[in-house]
Amino acid sequence: MSDEFRKGLKDGVPIALGYLSVSFSVGIMAVSGGLSVFQGALMSLTNVTSAGQFAGIQIIAAGGTILELILTQFIINLRYALMSLSLSQKLSEKMTLWQRLVVAFANTDEIFAVAMSHQKSLTFPYMVGLQSLPILGWTLGTILGAVAGGILPKPLGNALSVALYGMFVAVVVPVAKKVRPVLIVVIIAAVLSCVIYYVPIFSGISAGISIIICTAVAAGLGAVLFPVEEEGE
Amino acid sequence: MIYVYIAVMAIVTYLIRMIPLTVFRKKIENKYIKSFLYYVPYTCLTAMTLPAVFYATGSLASAAAGMAVAIILALKERSLVTVAAGACVTVFVVEQVLHVMA
Repeated sequence: MSDEFRKGLKDGVPIALGYLSVSFSVGIMAVSGGLSVFQGALMSLTNVTSAGQFAGIQIIAAGGTILELILTQFIINLRYALMSLSLSQKLSEKMTLWQRLVVAFANTDEIFAVAMSHQKSLTFPYMVGLQSLPILGWTLGTILGAVAGGILPKPLGNALSVALYGMFVAVVVPVAKKVRPVLIVVIIAAVLSCVIYYVPIFSGISAGISIIICTAVAAGLGAVLFPVEEEGE
Repeated sequence: MIYVYIAVMAIVTYLIRMIPLTVFRKKIENKYIKSFLYYVPYTCLTAMTLPAVFYATGSLASAAAGMAVAIILALKERSLVTVAAGACVTVFVVEQVLHVMA
């Protein structure tokens, strides 16, 4: 086992634990939406995305059309395109096309967050290690949720559900502390996100679209106001 | 029929992730695009965390406490695991305290 792979595995542990808890609710929802345990597990294994799956299950349960499904998935998951674009700049130049095809599979919010906070350029063994346990956790949690319903006591579930947010904080805060422009764009994104969430006229904007708007507007303002001269790392 | 839906979801999601990762293999030179991409992770993670985190637990108070502890630990530059665990433990403890007090 290479060092890079082992490091990836280790960095993936907290993500996998967080996923175990989140995907639990995906499993419960899948079964109540009319999917079998196997179908729920298959969806998690092949999609590895929370918001997209939540929406997909709702559409399946409501008997929606394929076109509706495609549009929803596209909009909700569009943020991954931004993340992949960002990630592609950080991948080792030595990575081959087929390795990139593999690495693209589970570029989730959390894996992206950890990958971007990695100090060096990203190698294939590291990325495979990083993705392995979260994919396993995500699928396993879905199966557990689908099979066992309320197996996890509520207080424990509540506590685990902030694990992912804690990781986001661990990625954003240290950089915002040191780099003033990052602090400013982060504040812009936070304010914008809260405005869209709380101000009634924006209530028609879904969570997925809100993320796209906040991400693009705040990062766009950052690029115009504080262009990074050389490699911003 | 459900399998068709699952397959379509998987394909759309994969293509969105895969195309930007394989097409843009050359380093981007444009200063503004590079800057935009540099800021994206931070703005995206922030937008996903706020205000959603406040509704992720059993109460606003426990979520806010967990978030506060996470921020303090992150300011001290503790590891990902420590920050995440600190947030979880805080939420658990605060909810137990609230439960006893209620």
